[in-house]
Amino acid sequence: MFLSYFTEQPMSTYPEDEGLAAGFTSVLFSNKFFDPVEGSRLYRERLAEYRLAEEVGYDGIMVNEHHNAPYCMQPRITVWSSILAAVTERAKIIQLGNPLPTYDSPLQFAEEIAMIDMISEGRLVSGIVRGAGQEQICLNANPAYNRERFDEAHDLLVKTFTEDGPFSWEGEHYQYRVVNPWARPLQKPHPRIWVPGVFSAETLEWAARHRYPYISLNTPLHLTGQLWEIYDNAARAVGYEPGPENRGYLLRVHVQDTEEKALECAREFMWMQGQFTGVGHPYWVSPSGYGSPDRRLLYTKLANGLIPRINAASFEEQLASHEIVAGTPDQVIAALRVVLETCRPSILMLWGNDGKVGHPDAMRCIELTGQEVLPALREMGDELGLHDPFALDTPVSLAYTPPDQLRASTGTPV
Amino acid sequence: MTAPGGAEGVSERHTEVAGGAIRSWWGGDGPVVVVLHHSFGNPGWLPFHRELSERSTVVAPDLPGFGGSAQPAWARHPRDLALLMAWWIRAQDFGQVTLVGCGFGGWVAAELSTMSPELLAGLVLVAPAGLLPKEGRILDQVLISHSEYVHAAFEDQKAYEAVYGTDLTDELLLAWDMNREMTTRVAWKPYMYNRRLPPLLAHVQVPTLVVAAESDRIIPRSCAEQYVELIPQAHLEIVPNCGHAVDMEQPSVLAGHVAAHLPGAR
Repeated sequence: MFLSYFTEQPMSTYPEDEGLAAGFTSVLFSNKFFDPVEGSRLYRERLAEYRLAEEVGYDGIMVNEHHNAPYCMQPRITVWSSILAAVTERAKIIQLGNPLPTYDSPLQFAEEIAMIDMISEGRLVSGIVRGAGQEQICLNANPAYNRERFDEAHDLLVKTFTEDGPFSWEGEHYQYRVVNPWARPLQKPHPRIWVPGVFSAETLEWAARHRYPYISLNTPLHLTGQLWEIYDNAARAVGYEPGPENRGYLLRVHVQDTEEKALECAREFMWMQGQFTGVGHPYWVSPSGYGSPDRRLLYTKLANGLIPRINAASFEEQLASHEIVAGTPDQVIAALRVVLETCRPSILMLWGNDGKVGHPDAMRCIELTGQEVLPALREMGDELGLHDPFALDTPVSLAYTPPDQLRASTGTPV
Repeated sequence: MTAPGGAEGVSERHTEVAGGAIRSWWGGDGPVVVVLHHSFGNPGWLPFHRELSERSTVVAPDLPGFGGSAQPAWARHPRDLALLMAWWIRAQDFGQVTLVGCGFGGWVAAELSTMSPELLAGLVLVAPAGLLPKEGRILDQVLISHSEYVHAAFEDQKAYEAVYGTDLTDELLLAWDMNREMTTRVAWKPYMYNRRLPPLLAHVQVPTLVVAAESDRIIPRSCAEQYVELIPQAHLEIVPNCGHAVDMEQPSVLAGHVAAHLPGAR
């Protein structure tokens, strides 16, 4: 099993009453409420926590990117990736993911990726995403061309990583008279690409067609079976048999010495789920042209208030359904067995701390998880046959899968 | 929504231009007036079309990618839509037409006037987009709901209801979202204006009427005033008691202004 630490890095000290009064806390929620003094303190605390995560045995540290909202203090994923490349020694740096369509220069992004991969001595996993709707608004990337830009930037990225320059690129969205970066990734043929998502069938199929692992972001456990069925069908259609090595799962997991303390801290996970922050209007979340055409009516009804927003389930309900796992190490290990048996991922992202969990509690959570939970998860992973892409040394993509490992397609191409 | 098929004497036509069909509704007799709709589309054969068709041939096309017209996947700017509409006018064998553009359609009409002035007997820009306002800011539909945006186009909400009714039907929501998607495809950035348009407007030797709404919450008045300054033969009319959707809120007043601007009436 590949076990990674994650925190969304919330700006947890903004005045919540202002957010509640505004009725939203993203896109247009004023950054006059961002306190750089507190921001500096929070960044330094996250740095200490990441270092501890590596020290106690996590295999990776996951970072991400969001804009114009207090729920995430990472507006540029390559910044934290660069810092981790320099200050850690062993843990892999897991970017989940780079919002490719929002970048106007995928070439410059490829240069950054190459630098991070070399500085980290080949520890980078460069995940890619379309980026949520509001990210397109915040960075002024046309949502109607989101998928076009994603596809083209991906193709350019892979070509830049794997082919010698100079060459030119004449695409619909990107044109370069010279692609010839003097920075190339250390890993060959290129750093692994993983694809996170929250259950878009198109993205699942896209990831499967490329043989990129799909990292399911906190999808309710009972839906993961449907999710893998979509992935597996698309994988078989292009000629390979998918397994746990293609599957990742991000889950909120908080560990403390006592159940009482663990539950107290884990309640902070609700902070992200609309009770205090992370609230955006539906027309920001899915601007016209961004979503799947078959969901147009649903999203338009949501945007115009004809369907009420779906509130997150209660804390107690999420504990019962294992969407949040919290407790002492033994309690958490027992709950995670259910998760692993049901979802069968080989890549597990443990979302450890969120909301206003204080630095000492976050450190203790990481420490206990590393000392007691991670070893148990590794044993469980071996017992359940959950072998990750690094352990199996799987090809980085379908394009780099030896032909003799592929069989004839078993289904209709999707 | 008004069902154009139900309007007496109104016909629906489809014309192939550059590989895609453009739908239009036709009614009336006399000099041809082509009416280009707002970014939120043309909901039907409106009272404005009907009144104007008593004095002219009114043709109301759906811009490419809007309403019942095919989406040209390659079109990425309102200027592309203007090119298509110029070819559409040529395909009708109209001779010269009076071109009326409302809001976003006013921007397309202005672009068309700079590239194919020979097609135009007259130009009417109604609360037109297309220029960066010197004062104020164009209301950004991306940041609000479809319904909020269309409501903002009316000063009197009774006038909104007369056109759209009181229910947000699935049909209406889908039409608005398709139209918003096409607007996004061509006008996302910069939003609703073109820095490359003003220098060309000086060459538009077409009699031009610019109409501004007294209470426009979508396009600042300064946009209309800037058009009047830039186009040599332009004059300004301001419609009182009216929001941005002049064609829907004060149809008789606007029909009167357009009729007075037709060839032979000026």
